[in-house]
Amino acid sequence: MSVALPAVDIARALTRISHEILEKNNGSASIVLLGIPTRGAHLAQRIAATIAAIEGTPVSVGTLDITLHRDDLRMRPPRPLMTTMIPASGIEGMNVVLIDDVLYSGRTIRAALDALGEVGRPKTVQLAVLVDRGHRQLPIRADFVGKNLPTSINQSVRVHVVEIDGVDEVLIANEGEVR
Amino acid sequence: MKHLLSISDLSHGDALSILDTAHEMARVSSSSVKKLPTLRGRTIVNLFLEDSTRTRISFEAAAKRLSADVINFSAKGSSVSKGESLKDTAQTLQAMGADAVIIRHSASGSAQWLADSHWMSGIVINAGDGTHEHPTQALLDAFTIRRHLGAGSGDLQGLTIAIVGDVLHSRVARSNVLLLSLLGASVVLVAPPTLLPVGVESWPARVSYDFDSVLPEVDAVMMLRVQQERMNDYFFPTAREYSHYFGLNRDRLALMKRSAIIMHPGPMNRGLEITAECADSARSVIVEQVTNGVSVRMAVLYLLLAGLPTEFGGVDA
Repeated sequence: MSVALPAVDIARALTRISHEILEKNNGSASIVLLGIPTRGAHLAQRIAATIAAIEGTPVSVGTLDITLHRDDLRMRPPRPLMTTMIPASGIEGMNVVLIDDVLYSGRTIRAALDALGEVGRPKTVQLAVLVDRGHRQLPIRADFVGKNLPTSINQSVRVHVVEIDGVDEVLIANEGEVR
Repeated sequence: MKHLLSISDLSHGDALSILDTAHEMARVSSSSVKKLPTLRGRTIVNLFLEDSTRTRISFEAAAKRLSADVINFSAKGSSVSKGESLKDTAQTLQAMGADAVIIRHSASGSAQWLADSHWMSGIVINAGDGTHEHPTQALLDAFTIRRHLGAGSGDLQGLTIAIVGDVLHSRVARSNVLLLSLLGASVVLVAPPTLLPVGVESWPARVSYDFDSVLPEVDAVMMLRVQQERMNDYFFPTAREYSHYFGLNRDRLALMKRSAIIMHPGPMNRGLEITAECADSARSVIVEQVTNGVSVRMAVLYLLLAGLPTEFGGVDA
């Protein structure tokens, strides 16, 4: 197991992503940040705090649980449901930025797009991820990437965040190593 | 856990996992698009061999919100009325590819029997078997109590709940005593001695014959329906006398804590176990129980049907 991204790099990446989101959307007024639980939700909170600090006004932030929209439900035991919290202002006509920790097959994001359809019709949907590890199985790409991390399909990528794991780091483990 | 037959099969963690899942499902029920693709392509059979309004409609709504296909089957209008046995009915359902059967039957233990038989391979959910158990009703009651009196999460530690009336014939009472005590609440059964089952002293609940003395200490009063269709003997002298001692009325409402809620699994005998005034009062959550029933049943269907068979909640994504 090796550390691919230490805490200081994660902080820099999140700051850069915050600036990129603002740049692309001409400010924070039209943005709704939606983190995908569990770790994506914490990353969304941090990006929201950074954007608020840059712009001086708070930005809408929430969470979107996609479990019920997954296409692999039948292939594994049922997962516990996580919280969905859509900001009171809603997503109708807004620029929604989905935030997740790792982009891999793209299936989580496909499920997230379905889950969004249940909530409303945003103007645009963008995607920010901390790590893009490749091996996409669907035609999906991220708009904002913290770090492109070329991996073998046998490796696994684990993101740890202070709020849950006590430490900020991105780890790569080879097959058979303890995660 | 493959089936949901009895509350006694659930662990504390299982029960909390169902309630937490129901909490998220409730959000879906209140959103503008009340439909999820989760159980698309699954077939669920409502096998109701005893009359029901709430439970059948509630399971049907829950299954449809999760995009499952629902087949309704009732004794009237089916070959059951021609004398077809449960075995043949079950084998027919198996041949049609039912992934789950929700069974309501007047014989205690029928759900267990169906689950243990090799007539069908699908999941069995007990929607009330005779006077034995009605697990999803207890789950929705616990969910309702938690929403009103708990912190909205966690268990029911520290709460006292009275279950009042026809305990003898009530599967709702049996399931509730097991579940509420599993979740840490203390349960008081209030009924005339004739309407208490033999062996009630072994249940995890206190027994009282004096409704008025119990009322000031309880956080929720759960009134049970007097099940006249199961009463083939004299259990109380007159309906008026029963109402006088064990019915919920205006005077008793005044004895309750201000925060206490009134519950009833329905259908109500208005004027017998509960007056219309109490049933329709602001402290009554009877209609909300029905709403919560859909969320709880969605949670049960999701946890039993969405993935591979497993223990409830024991898995980390």
